[in-house]
Amino acid sequence: MPKLFYRKKLDELEEKARPIHINSYWQLVWVKFRSHKLAMFGAVVLIIVVAFTIFGPLFVEVGYEDMDFSSLFKPPLSQGHPLGTDELGHDVLVRVMYGGRISLFVGFASSVITTLVGTLIGLLSGFYGGLIDRFLMRFVDVMLSIPMFPILLTLTLVFGSGIMNIILVLTVFGWMGVARLVRGLVLSIRETEYVMSARAMGVRSARIILRHVLPNVIPIVIVSATLNMSYAILSESSLSYLGLGIQPPMPSWGNMLQKAMNYILGTATGANPWWLTFFPGFFIFLTVLSVNFLGDGLRDALDPKFVSES
Amino acid sequence: MANTPMVEIHQLKKWFPIKSGFKKKSDLKAVDGVDLHIYRGETLGLVGESGCGKTTIGRTLIKLYQPTGGKFIYRGKGVTGGSIDIFSLNESQMRPFRKEIQMVFQDPYASLNPRITVQDILSEGLRVHSIGKGRDERKEMIAGILEKVGLRPEYMYRYPHEFSGGQRQRIGIARAIVLNPELVICDEPVSALDVSVQAQVINLLEDLKHDFQLTYLFIAHDLAVVKHICDRISVMYLGKIVETAETDELFRNPLHPYTQGLLASIPIPNPHMRKIGKRELVKGDIPSPVDPPDNCRFVKRCPKAFDRCLKEAPRLTETGSGHYVSCFLYE
Repeated sequence: MPKLFYRKKLDELEEKARPIHINSYWQLVWVKFRSHKLAMFGAVVLIIVVAFTIFGPLFVEVGYEDMDFSSLFKPPLSQGHPLGTDELGHDVLVRVMYGGRISLFVGFASSVITTLVGTLIGLLSGFYGGLIDRFLMRFVDVMLSIPMFPILLTLTLVFGSGIMNIILVLTVFGWMGVARLVRGLVLSIRETEYVMSARAMGVRSARIILRHVLPNVIPIVIVSATLNMSYAILSESSLSYLGLGIQPPMPSWGNMLQKAMNYILGTATGANPWWLTFFPGFFIFLTVLSVNFLGDGLRDALDPKFVSES
Repeated sequence: MANTPMVEIHQLKKWFPIKSGFKKKSDLKAVDGVDLHIYRGETLGLVGESGCGKTTIGRTLIKLYQPTGGKFIYRGKGVTGGSIDIFSLNESQMRPFRKEIQMVFQDPYASLNPRITVQDILSEGLRVHSIGKGRDERKEMIAGILEKVGLRPEYMYRYPHEFSGGQRQRIGIARAIVLNPELVICDEPVSALDVSVQAQVINLLEDLKHDFQLTYLFIAHDLAVVKHICDRISVMYLGKIVETAETDELFRNPLHPYTQGLLASIPIPNPHMRKIGKRELVKGDIPSPVDPPDNCRFVKRCPKAFDRCLKEAPRLTETGSGHYVSCFLYE
């Protein structure tokens, strides 16, 4: 075989092929992601929200605990309180910023850990099958049938409340869905002819999992991870309500909503402080929505088959 | 026989256990005592209707399924001591033979991972068996093999979904051939393709066989294809070989009633050539391979069955030179 000839020719051909196929897989993913309008919208909004919660507090002097007793239940746009105040005179804007830090962290961390744990267990269970599968899936059944709330209350008593405990709890009780999902996918991928072909060539199991199984599982896992994140942000609020997790005066979007529930029919004076529910609710909505768009775009961009219409 | 066969398969069995509720455990006997031999450089066809166990044989030979019983004596070029039983090897001993024995799969859509490029698909085997030093050398080998199978070298940068069924099958063939194997198991490599493309792929397989000195086990159900490409043919029915002969001999002088029915079922394009009323087709469906009775497997559909066929199972016996049949009519 005339080797030099081939090498030169190949380089030329690769150059030609580039406009369609770019350099690497990840460049291709980026190009496709960029052309996905909703995903870009989601990404931009998410970056703004994150920046708002991280850098926002640096520009205000009021802390989330500071109470202004002269102005209770002030509506938005009143003097010194752009988003109004709550029943203790806390500034809603400041609390939304600090609360966002916690909600986003809890949501992101627990969704990432949940997805990692679930995917790992699903992969092992689906790929190896047999005893491993039976053991892991019965473990999933057991975990699913444990009543969560009594355990939570006990845990609170033993370990106290805190962000890390919330993440831990959401992970420990949250990975089973992902594990089942992934296992199901792996069961079907394992029997495909391309996996058989890899086995027939003597490719080791670990490499088959990484190279052939995982890339075909990831798109669906990403979508489930984004859904998981929304779920985590919302369940943080119900956990806070039960006393495990974020305790006042420290705010989170969830417990701000939870607290505002008391005034949903109006305060004692008859006024209706709608801004107490609207602003944290709006930020939860915005975050969850953009994360879902982001996940959608990521799934499409990772799929070589998917070419956007534009 | 003048020369010893490169592959000798003795009494190959593959049973799949079936556990169902309270019933006693039963076995699906997909392959139940198959004898085959393949000579170096020939193409052995393995034909039979759907569900007769052809694909299971192919997959068991490369240990995608663990064999239930039998021997797979292999006399490849690199085998020390002349011959070896592949089934007696463990996975790490098996490794060198995973390069020598390759497989081409049936479904060109399911047999290529949609998420990696053709280059990655083809280089995987090279990497596993440490063929070629570094990325560049492997790239050249891949470009070379793509040209051999009739694809442009720059296609290596594409993903499988950008190709047609025929092109995908060529990629699947390239993946097998790039390792420079001795024996290629073709599992219905053209049955999923258009007829016009089938011919191209068949010709490609013949060219490659010549260029790379390959030996084929060609699994198929299309008799026209098999007649064209195979030197010898084994006819399979419900997990057993019923007849083996050279291609010409089998088509001229089919002995087993099943083979006769199978050959009669080939459509004849020219209406003047048809002998009206003389076609005796095989009637009925293939029976269940779950715990089959110990008699001739074909007895329920056989037009020539007699008492003995119900009581015992015939053995594969040689009737003429190289013509084996498993039927009491010829004992």
